[in-house]
Amino acid sequence: MHLAYPAVLSALLFCTGLYGVLARRNAILVLMSVELMLNAVNLNLVAFDVWLSRAAEETLHSGQALTLFTITIAAAEIGIGLAIVLAVHRNRGTSDIDKLRDTAEGHETDGPDHDAPTAGQAEKAEATA
Amino acid sequence: MTTTTLAALVPLLPFLGAAAGLLLGRTAPGFVRPLAVLPTLASLVLAAVVAVRQGGDQAIDAATELTPTGSVPIELALHIDGFAALVAVLVGVVATCVQIYSMGYLREDPRYPSYAALVSLFTSAMLLVVYSGDLMVLLVGWEIMGICSYFLVGHYWETPEARAASIKAFLVTKLGDVPFLIGLFALATDAGSFRITKILGTVANGGLDHPTLIALLLLAGVAGKSAQFPLHTWLPDAMAGPTPVSALIHAATMVAAGVYFVARLLPVFEASQAAMIVLAVMAAVTMIGSGLAALAQDDIKRVLAYSTIGQLGYMTGALAVADRGAAVFHLLSHGAFKALLFLAAGVIIHASGTNSLAAMSRMGHLRDRVPDAFWTMTVALLALAAIPPFSGFFSKESVLGAAEHVATGHAENIPGAAGWTVLIAGLVTALLTAAYAMRLWLLAFRGRGAEAPDHGRQPLTMTVVLWVLAVPSLAVGAFAYRALPDWFDGRDLAPTLTTSVLGTGVALVGGIVTYATWRHTTAVAARVPLGAVAAHPEGDAAQVEAEAIASHAPVYGGVAYAPDPADPGRLLLGPLHRHAAVGFHLDAVYRTLFVRPVQAGASLVRFLDREVVDTYVRGAGALPRWLGIAVRRAQTGNVQTYVSALLAGTVVLAVAAVLVATGA
Amino acid sequence: MSPTYATLTTAADTHGFLSPTGVEIVFLLVGLVTFGAALVTVTTRQLVHAALWLVVTLGGLAVEYLLLTAEFIAWVQVLIYVGSVVVLLLFGLMLTRAPIGRSPDADSGNRWAALTVAVASAATLVWVVVDAFRTTWIDLDGPAAGSTRVTGESLFQNWVLPFEALSVLLLAALVGAIVLSRKAKAESSSPSVNSRAETGSSPSAPDSRNHPIGRNGSSEGTEPAEQEGAR
Repeated sequence: MHLAYPAVLSALLFCTGLYGVLARRNAILVLMSVELMLNAVNLNLVAFDVWLSRAAEETLHSGQALTLFTITIAAAEIGIGLAIVLAVHRNRGTSDIDKLRDTAEGHETDGPDHDAPTAGQAEKAEATA
Repeated sequence: MTTTTLAALVPLLPFLGAAAGLLLGRTAPGFVRPLAVLPTLASLVLAAVVAVRQGGDQAIDAATELTPTGSVPIELALHIDGFAALVAVLVGVVATCVQIYSMGYLREDPRYPSYAALVSLFTSAMLLVVYSGDLMVLLVGWEIMGICSYFLVGHYWETPEARAASIKAFLVTKLGDVPFLIGLFALATDAGSFRITKILGTVANGGLDHPTLIALLLLAGVAGKSAQFPLHTWLPDAMAGPTPVSALIHAATMVAAGVYFVARLLPVFEASQAAMIVLAVMAAVTMIGSGLAALAQDDIKRVLAYSTIGQLGYMTGALAVADRGAAVFHLLSHGAFKALLFLAAGVIIHASGTNSLAAMSRMGHLRDRVPDAFWTMTVALLALAAIPPFSGFFSKESVLGAAEHVATGHAENIPGAAGWTVLIAGLVTALLTAAYAMRLWLLAFRGRGAEAPDHGRQPLTMTVVLWVLAVPSLAVGAFAYRALPDWFDGRDLAPTLTTSVLGTGVALVGGIVTYATWRHTTAVAARVPLGAVAAHPEGDAAQVEAEAIASHAPVYGGVAYAPDPADPGRLLLGPLHRHAAVGFHLDAVYRTLFVRPVQAGASLVRFLDREVVDTYVRGAGALPRWLGIAVRRAQTGNVQTYVSALLAGTVVLAVAAVLVATGA
Repeated sequence: MSPTYATLTTAADTHGFLSPTGVEIVFLLVGLVTFGAALVTVTTRQLVHAALWLVVTLGGLAVEYLLLTAEFIAWVQVLIYVGSVVVLLLFGLMLTRAPIGRSPDADSGNRWAALTVAVASAATLVWVVVDAFRTTWIDLDGPAAGSTRVTGESLFQNWVLPFEALSVLLLAALVGAIVLSRKAKAESSSPSVNSRAETGSSPSAPDSRNHPIGRNGSSEGTEPAEQEGAR
């Protein structure tokens, strides 16, 4: 099998996940997209491991071992990530990433940024709710 | 102990007292009063012992050089002759009286510890000036007095008058000190030493190259310190300080330092005829001008301040006719009665709750409230007006006698013009002095109107001091004029018949005319109500005085002026009164000549700094600020935007890296 | 590596892209399905559907692993991703009261920037990858490269230390998840009871949510444990 097939599929999946991370509003959907990116990497690792285990002398199956580690870490990550998202949701009443703008410039004072005060007001309204 | 050791202790003790007072003032308030009075008292006793041991004999000289200091050596030197010994006793007496008086006067003042320490330091500096045999060491004391006067005059720094007065006193005296310093350097360069004895030796041998220049430069410093025309303007304003400080500055220290300095270095001035003429003219202008101004003042302390300037004019007049014995004789007697006048004025201000003579003239029975101040002030005013047999008579007669001696051509190498100037000005001033002394007495003690408020008896510390000082004012002159020539140069100080008759005559005329005017105007007083008293008459004297000073300008329309038609001075001076009340507009002239140009220059510099320099600075700052605003807009707080930008940059970098790697 | 690479290029010369083998055809088809499912996952407006399409994507990937003879990884993928991670995500969606049905605002305003970045990086990556590996050939014949035996041997012979370190990491994640959920319970117990009645969008009562979170933590804790055991 040509190595290009899994490599290209992996690249496409990675960029799909990338789009999801950047474009999705719901934090849980962002986590899903992160999973997509991780899986794209996994596919790459496996494909290259299979190729190299035939071509090279001794590879220790490092690609597959790393894939297993990545899967484990991804499981841990999704657990912690979900806990954080739930905590945020409980405190703020929302899990929309673009509404969590506490670090915005001029968040509390009237800065030159016109979006920030309205966002801040919305957040405060939610916080008091 | 040797006399030298005792003399060294005299300035040292108040200095140590001041240092201890400043250190312990906050932590151990119980020690403040002993630390203020005891060192001064001890140095008075030591000064008296030194005076007795010196006894008018050969001057005591002692010197030690701590370290070589370049071409002209600076030595810690003592030079105690009869002048130094007696002036030191006077300083000790007045300073002790002032310290004791201040205990009562500022008894509730929270800043008393620092005040007492500064008075001690002031005393120490003056004693250093008196005893020092080295001009550089003398200058140290001279400058310490300047800075102490700044702090003490500004003691009521809550009032704007006191702040302005303290800065003015400092700046004006400093204006004289700069030429003074240059003159000292020139003198030392010519003489090759700062030691007074060596300088006098050089002068005796005619070794001075530029006597006129040196004398005039030194005169500038003397005029600043001794408040002579044209640098006298700080002294009336310095009345914004506490009354004991006024007494100290006017009677024994600060202003006496200038006269004493000229007396010490009189041969230097005698070497230049021009300097003597300048000195005589300065004395004459000062005397007459201050007499006229004193007659128009409304603030009781400002009357006394102008009288001080006038009496200092007598002393410089005596120096202008080269009789330093007469000058220092007048310095001693004036020190006693002027200290008494000021301390009594403090009691009166406390009792009446105002410092305005116009207000006092509308108070009945003020003299019954303060009998001690009334009697002692009467004595002191008689001494001031030079009525025999009070001490002022003898000292003033010695001055007039010396002037007459020169004017009639009995003295060689002193121009007769100087003698005539001093003599005529002295006689006119005697008339004016008697007039304003009479006016002060009448307005303060013969007022008619509402009862003066009763605050009970004045503190014992304040009244006892008055009687102590009344003794020398009353009696010293008659005994001293025979004894003093032994201590001084040996010239006769006894009053001559001509000047005695003339001086006493014009004084009597002045007094009687003023009395007649007062009788004429006093009927008006009842018709024009005037006056305000302090808001807290039950407070201690310092608080009452501070309130009186602060309220004078708003109530009467000026620190020195009151619109009182019943004032005899107004009738006596006629159209001149308006100008005399403001010191003949000298302050306005200075304001136009010096203050305005400096302020204009300052505003020009401020304009340049704000509008020109700052424009460039702001221009340089504008670009980073705009960049900052642009960058700040990117901080939306949206994490996804951040990551998008980050990844976009990464992609661009990766593409660039690939292109470079493939050589495209 | 360069000599190996050289021999492989010569070996790959015999295989062209226009004459695919059967495995390649299957791989391509499954890959298309996977990629399509992934696209739907990141674009659909129905949140629950996104999770379900994610299952399809992950399952498709498992098939790809099988086609690449990495069978152990394929089963682990099915077990952990399809079995637990997606379930966790679904729990998360429910606990955050995600709307069921089409939600008009699933995508943020950042979408066009995201699309640009994603397309640009995809183009770059595909270009680089194709340029680098267009002649590289994977020889899938012979013994499977990723059988359970081979993987287990390499894991417990060569990768024991990272494996144990990973167990510590999992323990930390377990503890962390518990701490996060506990702390949240203590904080949010009082205020949200009153506020719930006032606004419809307010979070639900703390009690009803904290128990599932606790379960989340424990289930997520047990699954890595299973995982370790499976290996």
